[in-house]
Amino acid sequence: MFLVPRMPRWDRVKKSFFNWERLTDSFPHLLKAFVLDIKIFAWTTPAILIVAILIAIARSTRNPALFPVRIFVIAYTDVMRGVPVILWIYLVGFGVPGIGMDRPWNSPLIWGSVALGMTYSAYVAEVFRAGIESVHESQRAAARSLGLSSSQTMRHVILPQAIRRVVPPLMNDMVSLQKDVALVSLIGPIEILRQAGIDKAKFANFTPFIGAALIFLAITIPLTRFTDYLLTRERDRTGASKVR
Amino acid sequence: MSNKLILNGVSKSFGTNQVLNELSLAINAGEVISFIGASGSGKTTLLRCINLLEQIDNGSIHLDDVEITKLGVDANPIRRRIGIVFQSFNLFPHMSVRRNITLALTEVLGKTADEASSIANTLLTRFGLSDKIDSYPDRLSGGQQQRVAIARALALNPEVLLLDEITSALDPELVGEVLDVVRELKGSGITLLLATHEMGFAKEISDRVCFLADGTVAELGSAEQIFTAPTDARTQQFLQRVISAGRLRG
Repeated sequence: MFLVPRMPRWDRVKKSFFNWERLTDSFPHLLKAFVLDIKIFAWTTPAILIVAILIAIARSTRNPALFPVRIFVIAYTDVMRGVPVILWIYLVGFGVPGIGMDRPWNSPLIWGSVALGMTYSAYVAEVFRAGIESVHESQRAAARSLGLSSSQTMRHVILPQAIRRVVPPLMNDMVSLQKDVALVSLIGPIEILRQAGIDKAKFANFTPFIGAALIFLAITIPLTRFTDYLLTRERDRTGASKVR
Repeated sequence: MSNKLILNGVSKSFGTNQVLNELSLAINAGEVISFIGASGSGKTTLLRCINLLEQIDNGSIHLDDVEITKLGVDANPIRRRIGIVFQSFNLFPHMSVRRNITLALTEVLGKTADEASSIANTLLTRFGLSDKIDSYPDRLSGGQQQRVAIARALALNPEVLLLDEITSALDPELVGEVLDVVRELKGSGITLLLATHEMGFAKEISDRVCFLADGTVAELGSAEQIFTAPTDARTQQFLQRVISAGRLRG
């Protein structure tokens, strides 16, 4: 930290990365472009959570008749996680509109988000599955002994406990998604990262990227702190007293 | 007297471990029967098989002369008639005491929240826990949790109640409050099956005592007979060990 400003070319780096004037110039553009990031994030997140829970439940079923469903979701998670996100965004984002869809369904923006959602739902499904499997078998036994069906047991007893347990890793994935939204820009839509790139090119100065980074941090840090707060509150409400 | 439950040559293994071995037994309606025996003799497995939590390999179990272990029988309506209380309580930690009790009432029996809540209230008052209705399980002592678990099982008004070593996980001073609840149940018409290590209590409360060894009924008789004049050599040996461990006055 203290050494960096003493390096011989610090002055030049300071000028091209930490230029106050450039920052204030590009900040409004960046904020405006960031709205698109938030939109993509806002519509992919609920879809990811729903699809992921369905996948996790499908993988956790014990009914022998559902074996083909289990095979399908296992293959889905393997394939989705096995290929880089950026590749999916290219393939789906350019490929699907190419089969001849009409406006507005041929937009790379829509299919780029779908690709992002597909990949993330596979990751998040594994998080949910870990949560489901962490709930002790005796909880299931207790629920079934009261005459609850296996789907009622899942809904009222297993899932609520599983979800509470996986909130921290889930948050991890959501923060990561929040940033990967920027990858959609690679197939066209002008969101914050692309806007920063445009501004960089215009002024031959990297400061807009610093601005973009600050904007990302301004969202992700409060988001994480807020989840921590919710978890602590929940633990205080239901839990036994803490050991010091 | 009519038979509430009939077990007919029931066998159950886990892998190569044969836990129940052609066990046969008839249990009367309203009877209190205790199962005693060494750890691993099959007490817990037997109760879990009766509740259909475990699938038996061979034999059959009949409730009111209807075979409940037949392939294709829907287990859920049967389980409503046969309650079980576990050694480790197994309350739902994310639900209040009230919700623990009302969950099956509203979801399985379709009662309204108000009806269910008033059933919960009545049961908790009866067991001296009415002030805990809005607490969460982790805030309760072991004895309180186990009494809530009994209330949860009783809420469905079962005809048979299985008590699986319900005091084994409790501190000695908390055992009494749970056993008092069981005493109160005797004579209410419910058929009680207890797997227990509390020999004194088994002797006091049971109509009959069943000694299990090697996954089958080694000896069955009145509490008086089993504890004072056991005929089977394994029963004698087991009770001898229990007495020398100070768990039963000889």
